This record gives sequence, C-alpha cells and structure tokens, in this order.
Amino acid sequence: MYEMDWSSIPGALPLLFKGLLITFEVTITAIVVGIVWGTVLAITRIGPNKILAKLAAGYVNLFRSVPLVMVILWFYLIVPQGLKAIFGDDIGDIRLTSALVAFALFEAAYYSEIIRAGIQSVPRGQVSAGLALGMTQGQTMRLILLPQAFRNMTPLLLTQAIILFQDTSLVYVIGLSDFFGTAYKVGDRDGRLVELLLFAGAIYFVISFSASLLVKRLQARFVK
Amino acid sequence: MAHLELQDLKQSYGTHVVVNGVSFRVETGSIACLLGPSGCGKTTLLRCIAGFEPVAAGEIHLEGKLVSRAGYALPPEKRRIGMVFQDYALFPHLTIAGNIAFGLGATPNNERAARVTQLLETVGLAGQGEKFPHELSGGQQQRVSLARALAPKPELILLDEPFSNLDVDLRERLSHEVREILKREGMTAVLVTHDQNEAFAMADEIGVMDEGRIQQWDTPYNLYHQPANRFVADFVGQGVFLPGQVISAHEVEVELGTLHSALPLECSQGCMACGKECGVDVLLRPDDIIHDDRSTLQAEVVHKAFRGADILYSLRLVSGVRVLSLVPSHHNHALGEKIGIRLDVDHVVAFKTPTRQFASGSGPKVVPVTFRA
Repeated sequence: MYEMDWSSIPGALPLLFKGLLITFEVTITAIVVGIVWGTVLAITRIGPNKILAKLAAGYVNLFRSVPLVMVILWFYLIVPQGLKAIFGDDIGDIRLTSALVAFALFEAAYYSEIIRAGIQSVPRGQVSAGLALGMTQGQTMRLILLPQAFRNMTPLLLTQAIILFQDTSLVYVIGLSDFFGTAYKVGDRDGRLVELLLFAGAIYFVISFSASLLVKRLQARFVK
Repeated sequence: MAHLELQDLKQSYGTHVVVNGVSFRVETGSIACLLGPSGCGKTTLLRCIAGFEPVAAGEIHLEGKLVSRAGYALPPEKRRIGMVFQDYALFPHLTIAGNIAFGLGATPNNERAARVTQLLETVGLAGQGEKFPHELSGGQQQRVSLARALAPKPELILLDEPFSNLDVDLRERLSHEVREILKREGMTAVLVTHDQNEAFAMADEIGVMDEGRIQQWDTPYNLYHQPANRFVADFVGQGVFLPGQVISAHEVEVELGTLHSALPLECSQGCMACGKECGVDVLLRPDDIIHDDRSTLQAEVVHKAFRGADILYSLRLVSGVRVLSLVPSHHNHALGEKIGIRLDVDHVVAFKTPTRQFASGSGPKVVPVTFRA
C-alpha cells in the first residue's frame, strides 16, 4: 500500500505560490486580450464589410478547430523561428510570452462567439431606437448594444474564464512553471508526485468551484 | 407646403410587392394614421419614412427636403424623427432619465436635466427619472418611450403599433393622452395600427391600407360613414351587406323594407330597367337596425355579445341573412327568441353586387354608390 507523505508540500509553498501567480497572469491576460480582440472580431463578423467578416469568421473557425495544446506549441516552436530570423538568436526566454500570446489569440476566438451571440441577443428594435434618436451606427453599437450584450453574457464570459483557468495547465508542454508545472516539478524532485498532483488538483477544484458558485449567484441576480 | 409627403412610393421584398404606389401628405401639426390588417404594408411604409428601409420607387419629402428615393436614403439618424415602438424599445441598462436624455446629444447638462424634468412632467411621470424601465408598468414604459422620442424636438413622430401590447382600458386612455401630448407639443405624427379604435382616438386623418395601397384617405367620420369601397366598409366598423334592388332613383329595396335616398348615379334607372343582373349590396351598421318591440318585422337572435352598456345581437332574418343590431343592454333577449326590429338608416352606403361578368381572378370591380337620405 502506498504511504502518503505530505511533508514536501509546506516547504514548496512559496514556489507553488509563484507558479499560481503565473497561472493567474496567463488567465487574466487571456481574458482581457481575448475579450477585447474577441469583441473586435465579433463586430467585424456581423459588420457590413463582407471581406473583413469572412476573414474574422476564418480566424474564429481556425482557432476553434485545432487543439489548444497545438496552438501553444506553434507559438513556442514555430513563431519564434520567424522572430529569430528577424531579430537574431538573442530573443531570450520566450516561454511566458509565447504562452500569453497563444492563450490570448486562442481564447479570442471563443470569446468572439460568445460576444457575437450576446450582441445578437439584443432585440433589433434597440438599434432602430438608437438610430431614430440620432445616434450613428457606431454610437448605437457602443452605447446601446454592447452594454446590454455584456450584461446578458457576463455569466457565459465568466464560465469561459473558469475553463480557461483550468486550461492554462497545458503550458506544461512548453515547460513553463505555472501552478501545475511547479507542482509537477516539485513532486518529481521529491519523489512525491501523487501527493503534489492531488494537492494541485484540490487547489484547482477549490478555486474553480468557488468561482462557478459566484457565477451562479450572479446569474440569479441578472435573471430578474 | 406639406410637412411630410409621399409620392407614388413602392417597396418590395423580392417579387413580393409590399408597398404599391402610395401617395399622401400630412400637414404640420396633424396626426395621420395608417390603418390596415397585418401584412398590408403599413409597417414597411413607416420604416421607409423613418429611413430604415430603402424605397424601390417614388419619393419621400420631409419638410420639403427629399429624404428617400430609389437608390438614395438619408440615414435615419439624420432625419430628425422620433419613433415610438410597439415593444417600447427602452434601453434596459439606462434609467428613465437616461433613456429620455439619450437623444439630447451635446446639450449642456443643466439644459438636458431641465428638458428631462419637463418631459417627465408632460407624460405624467414626474419624479420617476431614477427608476429603471423594468420597474415601470407597460403603460408607463410607453409614456417614457414617447418622452424619449419627443426629447430632441424632432420634425416628425412615428408611432409603430404603440398600444398593442397594452390591455384594452389602458390602450384607450393612453391613446387619448398621447394625442393630447402630441397636440400640445405641436408635433406632426404618423401612427401605424391595425386597431381602428386606436386610429379613431388618435388621428385627424386616416389612410386605410390593404395590399400595399391606400384604399381611402379620409377623416375617421367619413371612413365610417362614407367608405370608398367594400374593403374599407368591411374593415372599418362593424356591419353586414344586405342584398338590395334599386327600385328608382330614390329608393332601394332590401329585405327589411325600402330605403329612401338620393340619386345613385350608376343605378338611377333602377334594376328592372338596367337589364344587368347586379343589384346592390347595402351596408347596414349595427346602429342602423333598431330594436323595437312594436315592430312587425321579426328576427331571431342567433348570437349575442354583452358589452356592458349595450348588447350586440346577431339576428337571422326570415331569408336566413344575418344582420347586426346594437341594443341597450336592458333589452336582454335569449338565443332563439324572435324580436322586433326596424330600420333607421341616416344615409345609405351601397356597392354594386359583384356578378359573374367579372373574371374570377381579377376580383370584382367595386363601384361605390353612396347616397344620402
């Protein structure tokens, strides 16, 4: 019978905490950039310019049709090759940067679909009302459609953020020491992989589950 | 100069012609109404005036300025129109005051606040500016919607079925209120509705629409009493057509008796002399048929609708033809009972009976024969 030994965890806490910060950094960057870029994509996709709309649709479909792990690897292995060709070999440790870029661009595709649905969920009459009051198309989008769309889709955006928080653990494929990566390395080093992975799983669970409870409460408040 | 003028306007979706050559003009300060069944093209017409729809042919002039023709449409935000929607279309994320102030754009803050306060008062919602739309009742929301449309002092107010989401009592009260507010503000307005009571309560002039055309543009009184064609007669007000024969230049005979009237042009010779097998259909409104216990004319009650002050009886004549009669409600008769009736027709509205001469596809050509007693 395997004997559990949790003693290596207390000493590793500062390291694990640093890892958790990296996890949060990737998560929050991906959320912020993903939502901003996703909004641009969504508006372009339902906008009047057919060519731009096609390009935006192509972008979204591409990123939604490939595994996240592959996107992370692309941005770590392939994109830097291009950069090296331009800036020379001295581009330093790009693991964090490439992870941030990969997640932001990948999540934007998912966020843009949520935002597009959110915009389209606002009744058409709202646009007519805005235009009739002398607002331009752009003002109508900014002052009427987007505020309502974001209000309607806040629960969905937060749910997506929770999924994203868990998915960031995939950065271990490029050796980045996020929370999961750190836990794995510590466990490997001390020969206590099982304990460390159970501990990491518990932390992921506590954070994700509390967040999803929060989303549920928010949702109940929105559906008045 | 007319405030709003439409010239031979046409609009279609694919091969389906929705608006088919509509012309009318609305003078400054007047409230016009487009009345018609659903699918008659009235809402499309309103959306053309607002600038939401392009037009296929014809022109729209607002204050003498061309705003729409084939291939050109001034965008809605540049038309200075105010619009009131069926579903109110209030902005749920803004307060009532925020909604009303929305169209005021670059107005200085103190002026804006003053205008909002004034409008809240105008629509009877003083002090409610900080509430959100969902905290108000339907009727209150529609008042806010009107205040919001009025705020930027538009050239023209368009109302798209504004009361159809409200219950009947409120609908009637609010339509009177809205009319008063529009008149007080000196606004020119165009209302679209399928509800004739709403149209009668609100409008100075009404265009009855069917199949993309204006069938008659007239005052509410004339629409009811002098319908230009069978459709208008049928759609506006209640009533039935009773077959009749023209006896002379002054008389029409129907089952219930002889109606005396002025000279009908088409049928002046009388049906016997005319030779065509056409006759006329005489329009009888429920108030043309009076219940009179002493009358020898009897009809059987086949249906009744209690309406409080009066009862609308559906009566079967001896020939089997049904007519409607509006009777004070203390005359309460049972179904199947025979009651006495008499005719009291102030003026006769009659249309030539469609005959087999007309090809079945093209429909009967309607010749209005209106003559007054």
